[in-house]
Amino acid sequence: MDIKQLIQLLEGTGEIELENVDIFAEELELFMSAAEAAAKPVVGYRELEYELPLEEYPGEIPVVKFGNTKGEGGTRSHSLYVGGEKTMPFYRFEHENPHRPVIAFDVFDMKIGLAKPVKVHYKEVLEDPAEWAKLCVEKFGADMVTIHLISTDPLLKDTPVNEAVKTVEEVLQAVKVPIVIGGSGNPDKDPEVLEKAAAVAEGERVMLNSASLNLDYKRVAQAAMDYGHVVLSWTQLDINDQKTLNRHLFDMGVERENMLIDPTTAALGYGLEYSFSMMERMRGAALKGDKDLQCPIASGTTNAWGAREAWMKESPTEGETWGDRMKRGPLWEAVSALTLGLAGCNLFMMMCPTSVQLFREMIAQLSEDKEMKPAADWITRGGN
Amino acid sequence: MKKLGPLDIYRHLPKTNCGECGEKTCMAFASQIIERALTLKDCPYLKGKNMEALVKMTAPAVRQVIFGKKLPTKIGGEDVLYRHELTYFNETAIAIDVDDQMAEDELLNRVNYVSHFNHERIGQELTLQAVAVKNTSQHPDVFAECVGKVAQNTDKPLILCSFLPESLQAALDVCDDRPLLYAATKDTWERIGEIAREHDCPVVAFADNDLSELKSVVNALQSMGLKDIAVDPGTHPENFTTTLNNFVQIRRTSTSEDEILNCPLIGIPGAFSDPMEEVMAASVMINRFADLIIFHNISMFAVLPIITLRQNIYTDPRRPVAVEAGLRTFGNPTKDSPLLATTNFALTYYTVASDIESAGIDCYLLVFDTEGLGVQASVAGGQLDAYKAKESMEAANAAEQVDHKKIIIPGMAARISGELEHITKWEVLVGPKDSSGIPEYIEKRWND
Repeated sequence: MDIKQLIQLLEGTGEIELENVDIFAEELELFMSAAEAAAKPVVGYRELEYELPLEEYPGEIPVVKFGNTKGEGGTRSHSLYVGGEKTMPFYRFEHENPHRPVIAFDVFDMKIGLAKPVKVHYKEVLEDPAEWAKLCVEKFGADMVTIHLISTDPLLKDTPVNEAVKTVEEVLQAVKVPIVIGGSGNPDKDPEVLEKAAAVAEGERVMLNSASLNLDYKRVAQAAMDYGHVVLSWTQLDINDQKTLNRHLFDMGVERENMLIDPTTAALGYGLEYSFSMMERMRGAALKGDKDLQCPIASGTTNAWGAREAWMKESPTEGETWGDRMKRGPLWEAVSALTLGLAGCNLFMMMCPTSVQLFREMIAQLSEDKEMKPAADWITRGGN
Repeated sequence: MKKLGPLDIYRHLPKTNCGECGEKTCMAFASQIIERALTLKDCPYLKGKNMEALVKMTAPAVRQVIFGKKLPTKIGGEDVLYRHELTYFNETAIAIDVDDQMAEDELLNRVNYVSHFNHERIGQELTLQAVAVKNTSQHPDVFAECVGKVAQNTDKPLILCSFLPESLQAALDVCDDRPLLYAATKDTWERIGEIAREHDCPVVAFADNDLSELKSVVNALQSMGLKDIAVDPGTHPENFTTTLNNFVQIRRTSTSEDEILNCPLIGIPGAFSDPMEEVMAASVMINRFADLIIFHNISMFAVLPIITLRQNIYTDPRRPVAVEAGLRTFGNPTKDSPLLATTNFALTYYTVASDIESAGIDCYLLVFDTEGLGVQASVAGGQLDAYKAKESMEAANAAEQVDHKKIIIPGMAARISGELEHITKWEVLVGPKDSSGIPEYIEKRWND
């Protein structure tokens, strides 16, 4: 019989039994091409067992603590923890990671321009960082607050360092949550600003934002070590730079429990995929044992508001609409946060309370079991 | 995870280096196959056993399933769990749902929305792929009537959503565009499998939060000879952790060469009742391996973040971050035309270029070498400062191109303007912070 005919015959067949068949090597090859048809399983339903595809990870992310309470030399009402991961975020079938993502609200030490969906929440406090911080904690439930001392920038107000750090004291007075202290991004002035800020916040276990390759990171890291703070190691979308800077910091004596890494956050639509894959790669490598990258990850998620789809009132293209900006903008920041949260980010510096709420709800959903309704019902329910 | 090297491919090639595929050598061809830049058919001499072996070897870890005939939509076909391991290939298809109890004008409005949706973003046209018709009524006739109406009004492929075999059967009588059948279960696999076979349609296997059952349903469908199978482990709006964990497990299983669960994944953010939460759920699914999602809200505030996220995640990570630095021309610039500047971060460059092009401005654009960083980042990191800007201007011979000695730098680079003026003696104008403001800036500040 022609092999084609044989295959045709077999196609309609669910099951074949071969009896008294000798297979010679020559024939075997011919038989192989018909093997797909011949090897078809018996038609029918068989109970198969699904095996959990578990992976072994030799590495683990250290736990980093923010904020010291009274007994520990600080004045915070409580401490917060990030890190401790033994698997990728929310892979609960594999391991229950111990700490949920933490959200630090951004506060600036001078009035800044904000997109409307953000501004509506802060317009009363834009000139009073202490009140601003308080609002974030009391009204929006901020886990932490970041005070950005941007007015120290010589191109902005050039606020003297001694004056700028008073704002840090005010914020520490106004709120009892752990805080982050940021500079202006001016590489010449930031080391001094962060040194002084570290000194006035001694014992509080703040995070200094940040040590980077384009400034004198040794001064920043040394200040963190001298005054018992955490330091943020910030690089710009380059995994090798991140490894290099981390190694320098470890060599200086920065302990793993006192450091976070930030590979830079690009906005949704404007390079978010770079940040996403950078974090996913870094976290994957860390779990596989790369000690240079075993640190919790931080993101300046507020950068999402730099995307025109977030801050603009409407599309600049005529005849095109981008929809309700009061929903679109907050979603832009929330989706950016969520994306990075799935990649491994632990600490999110955010701005819009609506975004934070959306993000938190999804984190809760992904972190705990609740009662379930049958999924099949989506067909018989109407739309949302 | 399947790890193929060029040598594995090369073994089965003619090894003649004939060059007819466009590559100089068979080894180069092998590398291109791994990268999926070429297909096996590009080698005219590949036949028989070698072809078969290669087809099998190069089959993606996740089977590719195509539905729709007029506008075929490919789902699955992925090889890796994480995009940085290679790249993702077929972007998450987005279907918009309608149901058979909707008022006709709403129904047609939604169908037209899918048909005509086209959002241009950074040089790409972002579209929606399909219409999912829900058999909310549970009546086969009502369903068929609705499906008929939808099919008549769009060329986009359909997903027929019903757990009732008789509904799917009835709908297929009025839609022969090879729709995706949703869904076969433990109880209906045989009847729905028959229907799928008879009409040559791809089919979805569904099991609610039970991966053993899901695997068994897929296996049962495969035993009937069906190959084009996608899977839905259930979308749980109240308990989304289950959905995410099932997605991750299934995709990890397929990338470890499982022969049964190597199926495209379907998620249904449309099952969420709150529109904002629906966007968040869809984002989780796009980030975590969904090959097709069924979405409900068609307000742009909800659709825009989703299609943008998809565009990001499905960008090939092997694509360079930076474009070439240097001077570009747009339109037909003269010596009086404006000279603008930007960075060589690919996204910044393409955004600026697309804003200039769509406004039809004749100008020069000087692309600074900022090591692939955006404006804000490169100014902060020192990759862009007045001296580097000056070097670029000199390297591009800017003084020869224009007579006016004026350069418009990005608004976000304002802080280098003073020093740049000082060291170049050019007039440095600070442009808009966002390149969407370029047309207006040129109109008001340059042309006047």
